[in-house]
Amino acid sequence: MIEFCGVSKTYPDGTHAVQDFSLSIPARQITVLVGSSGSGKTTLMRMINRMVEPTSGSIEIDGQDISKAEPVQLRRGIGYVMQNAGLLPHRKVIDNIATVPRLTGVPKSQARTRALELMDTVGLDRALAERYPSQLSGGQQQRVGVARGLAVDPNILLMDEPFSAVDPIVRDELQQEVLRLQSELAKTIVFVSHDIDEAFLLGDQVIVLAQGGEIVQQGTPEEILANPASDFVATFIGADRGKRRLSVSQTQARGDDRVLVDAGGYPVGVIAAPEGRLAVSSASPKSRSVSNKTDQAGDA
Amino acid sequence: MNLFAEAFRWIVDPSHWTGGPDISGHLLEHLSVSAYCVVIAVAIALPIGVMIGHTGKGRGAAILISNVARALPTLGLLSILILLFGIGLLPITIVLVILAIPPMLAGAYAGVESVDKQTVDAARALGMSELQIIFRVEIPLAAPLLIGGLRACALQVIATLGIASAFAFGGLGIYLINGLATADYTQLLAGAILITVLALIVDGALAVVQRFVVPRGVALGRTDPNGHQKRARAPRPRVLQEGMQS
Ligand SMILES: Nc1ncnc2c1ncn2[C@@H]1O[C@H](COP(=O)(O)OP(=O)(O)O)[C@@H](O)[C@H]1O
Ligand SMILES: [Mg+2]
Repeated sequence: MIEFCGVSKTYPDGTHAVQDFSLSIPARQITVLVGSSGSGKTTLMRMINRMVEPTSGSIEIDGQDISKAEPVQLRRGIGYVMQNAGLLPHRKVIDNIATVPRLTGVPKSQARTRALELMDTVGLDRALAERYPSQLSGGQQQRVGVARGLAVDPNILLMDEPFSAVDPIVRDELQQEVLRLQSELAKTIVFVSHDIDEAFLLGDQVIVLAQGGEIVQQGTPEEILANPASDFVATFIGADRGKRRLSVSQTQARGDDRVLVDAGGYPVGVIAAPEGRLAVSSASPKSRSVSNKTDQAGDA
Repeated sequence: MNLFAEAFRWIVDPSHWTGGPDISGHLLEHLSVSAYCVVIAVAIALPIGVMIGHTGKGRGAAILISNVARALPTLGLLSILILLFGIGLLPITIVLVILAIPPMLAGAYAGVESVDKQTVDAARALGMSELQIIFRVEIPLAAPLLIGGLRACALQVIATLGIASAFAFGGLGIYLINGLATADYTQLLAGAILITVLALIVDGALAVVQRFVVPRGVALGRTDPNGHQKRARAPRPRVLQEGMQS
């Protein structure tokens, strides 16, 4: 568990990036910090591995105040995946993945074996192991970044807009990969995004941020979708545009199941009606995939 | 043209290559004293330059000191030092080291500064210590520019060492001094040619090294979409061009 207690960050130039931020990030779940550019997401995330020092307040990981930890050691125990992958250009894929284990003294052959396994884990062909980052596509580089983040089997994985620079099809693929990985590995993932659809797709918990790291709403995707806390949130999640306003069509798909359509009349899913009645479910994984499909249909 | 032909004939004359202080002896002396001065200059300038590049601090002071060092009148300084320490290798070494430091310093800080800040940030976020960042990320990626600084530094020393022969030092400059003293322009030109050729050979050898130290992953990144590899261009720090103009 990661706990922010009254954390503020003012940069030397006077920018108040985060003001009095408190949040509890549960273990073994994906928490998505979502907000527009400049809302302090990156600052918040980088305070967890002490790449940024808070001006005031404290951050605890499993009850331990991280300001007492040695930064280099702390960082080696936390996976970090960044937007541009941040791979070391002069090292081969396999050595990039093995970087942190090598720093902690794992023998080279062992670190490389583990790196190859991690390539399988993140869906990278082992044939790419001897390539350099510059010889990979953007999506492949991100996969290497994820593999590197997982290399020391950290409890915590920080992901800062990791997929925002790849094309939408690859992004979908990578997002699904994260969900699959998480179902296997159950890490404490803090994921930063400016894309509300990505946040709703991936997050067990979604934190909607305004400027200065102000939490405007916090909850499961379903809770936020069903009940935007303010106009700000409503605008941010696109509810006001009717983009996500779904309705049940009269069309019967099969038996008593009903087809769900979005504002444009596109079918986006089917509601199962097991007892011949429409069940009103709130927090089921199904509704998450519905919200995602809604967007695709709406954009089409 | 005739003078050149005579100078070459003078250089290849076997009698100038055997016995006593011959061309090979002066060449070796010139090369070894140059190497010695370059090594000292690198030992001083490289760590300082790398630290400036890494921390981003002290750049202004380094530029100031470099400019002062470059503006010092070499011959005048050498004369003063010889008055202080007497004739010998020490004053020559001091002057050449002072002259050799600025290009190496500039190559080092410019090289380290040129490393992508996001790459360095990523290395730090992974848990590399500052020393690990310097040795495993910044120096490998800056290597071509570091060697560029070394090239400029070596050229400077080899060329300037010629004047030291005016003060009882051997080296190839001896032919310049003797040639001038006896109005033997063949010998004067031969000396100039020998120094130039030595400088060009050393520079060429270092250019090869410079090509060689471009990290493979970086060189591959310069491949165009058709897969034709562009030649990795060996970059030179700006200071070299400045040095040549003056
Ligand atoms: N190193 C820095 N120095 C000064 N201001 C910064 C620095 N990093 C971020 N900021 C400022 O802090 C605010 C929050 O930035 P950031 O955390 O990067 O937001 P986000 O990741 O949500 O886009 C922005 O106004 C940004 O300009
Ligand atoms: Mg950011």
